[in-house]
Amino acid sequence: MITRLARFALWRLCAATAFTVVVASSSLLLVRFAPGDAASDLTITVADPSAPRDARARMGLDRSPLAQLGAWLVGLARLDLGTSSRFGRPVTDLLGDRVANTAVLAGLALALATLVGLPMGVVTGSRLKTPSTRFVVFLSVFLVACPPILFTLALLFLSISSGEWLPVAPGRIVLPLVALALPMAAVVERLQSQATAEALSHPHIVAAAARGVPVHRLVWLHALRPSLRSLLGVYGIIIATLFSGSVAVETMTAWPGLGRLMLDGLVSRDVYLVAGCALAGAVLIATGNLVADTLRAAIDPRVREGV
Amino acid sequence: MIASVRTTRRRRRIGIAVVATAVLATLAVPLMAPHRPTEQFADRAYAPPMRIHIRDTSGFRAPFVYRQLLENRLARRYREDSSAPQSLAWFSNGRLVSLADPREPLLLLGADALGRDVLSRLLYGGRLSLGVTVVGVLGALLIGALVGGIAGTVGGRLESALMLMADWLLALPGAYLVLVLRGALPLVISVGQTFVMIAGLFAFAAWPHVARGVRAIVASERARDYAEAARASGAGSWRLMRQLVPAARGFLFVEVVLLVPALLVAEATVSYLGLGFPDASASWGTMLFDAANVHVLGDAPWMLAPAIAVFLVAMTAQWFGTFDTNHQGG
Repeated sequence: MITRLARFALWRLCAATAFTVVVASSSLLLVRFAPGDAASDLTITVADPSAPRDARARMGLDRSPLAQLGAWLVGLARLDLGTSSRFGRPVTDLLGDRVANTAVLAGLALALATLVGLPMGVVTGSRLKTPSTRFVVFLSVFLVACPPILFTLALLFLSISSGEWLPVAPGRIVLPLVALALPMAAVVERLQSQATAEALSHPHIVAAAARGVPVHRLVWLHALRPSLRSLLGVYGIIIATLFSGSVAVETMTAWPGLGRLMLDGLVSRDVYLVAGCALAGAVLIATGNLVADTLRAAIDPRVREGV
Repeated sequence: MIASVRTTRRRRRIGIAVVATAVLATLAVPLMAPHRPTEQFADRAYAPPMRIHIRDTSGFRAPFVYRQLLENRLARRYREDSSAPQSLAWFSNGRLVSLADPREPLLLLGADALGRDVLSRLLYGGRLSLGVTVVGVLGALLIGALVGGIAGTVGGRLESALMLMADWLLALPGAYLVLVLRGALPLVISVGQTFVMIAGLFAFAAWPHVARGVRAIVASERARDYAEAARASGAGSWRLMRQLVPAARGFLFVEVVLLVPALLVAEATVSYLGLGFPDASASWGTMLFDAANVHVLGDAPWMLAPAIAVFLVAMTAQWFGTFDTNHQGG
């Protein structure tokens, strides 16, 4: 049984690796085919006519896109991601802190959203409508309509107009984390609530209730497992949404993450920087998906039988 | 049960009212907005919203405003000049409401850093933002229904390949996807070109959501008797697909409700990061960019008007979404 799960995980790992390489390669090619390149600025600023040509040769832009991609992939095997034309430093140096920052922000937001949203969803999905569950549902619908970019603005505004009760200084994680995690917690709550209600209506739950299993065991044990399966099924999309939101949140709260760096690279047509950022982002996403898929396979035997 | 039917109906009425207001406002923008979105007024930087008065020292009169006087340029402090009441002129100068002298600023939602009327920019911005969102959603529905329909009808290896592509696109964060594609296109372009380009990018980023659902529905429809009958009477794949896809109508409606707020926020994000509409043309995204600054937020909170507009549209869509799932659930 464990071997079957291991085989499933291994198979997903291969898919994740392929995903990462394809994403990074296509963003490299995309920037190569984009109008203008990193050396064209030099044409205006440098009098020496050979300067742009030298710069292109140095950055590998004189080669065909496919040859450049091949060279980059060979470098990737040695963990050498090339040199950024914008910053004049190795891309791996530039990425280090930024990737860690984005990973910490998104990871904590995901954990917080799950820790808050999951129990709430189980409660609202398993109980009759009382004023308190109605309030939670109302709050969720409100927060789902309040995407991180608006939530950040609202938090900034509240914090300023009420004497900075939330630290807004750059580099403080509280505000971006709350802005990113709470709308996601609301999404998790809604999904889990529906899944719990659906799971509780299954015949095996009714049978267990008839045998005299106490309600809290039914809700938190018997119904949790099938309901988690459907939540984990959409975790991939949740992770993607989280990274989407983090681009805006990071910019607005001056949290030095991957999004800003990638944007800088794009605007200055920095081929290796964009490819490096895409690679790092894809690794983070693929890891998140891999964990979610493996958990789902561990919970539900049908998933791992499907391989 | 009856109570829930009544709330659903009331909810639907409110939702329809908000959407109808938004659509009417967008269509009638040139008539509604007191000013052009780019018109700048001297000495009105960050002027607060004008208060509408209906009484002065001599008693009640038709609604009027007082002209604003810049008291302190550094602190941007304004006061009302109670010696100069200005009557509101309704349905004159080709506008719903303006001042008797159309060159005088009427700032019902205050002014931004360049002394432009926030209300007018909000209305014109809504036209651009909602327009690009709606075109993007329609594009996504079209591509998604087509790809999902083909995959569901044909099945086999083509289905696996198309769905793998959709799954990989879904795993990518939409904001990054749009930013990278947008960043790879020419950076300085006109408003019209930006509109087409952003709508296209939105359609490209959003179609996998639609395609996955349509494929699942079509694939289950394929096993039903009428599909069997169509095949038996010699329908080809294309013809069969046209029979099967309409089964996904309800799903497509729900997708509209989900995608409109998502893409509206995406427009705000892309414009906020400087890759959307140029600043001079008002959109809700460019306006949010103007507002998202600690000092502006504290001193000129009326700049948050586009945030409230985006929130209202998203909330309305939520309302419709919950209505529809209740309806389908029985």
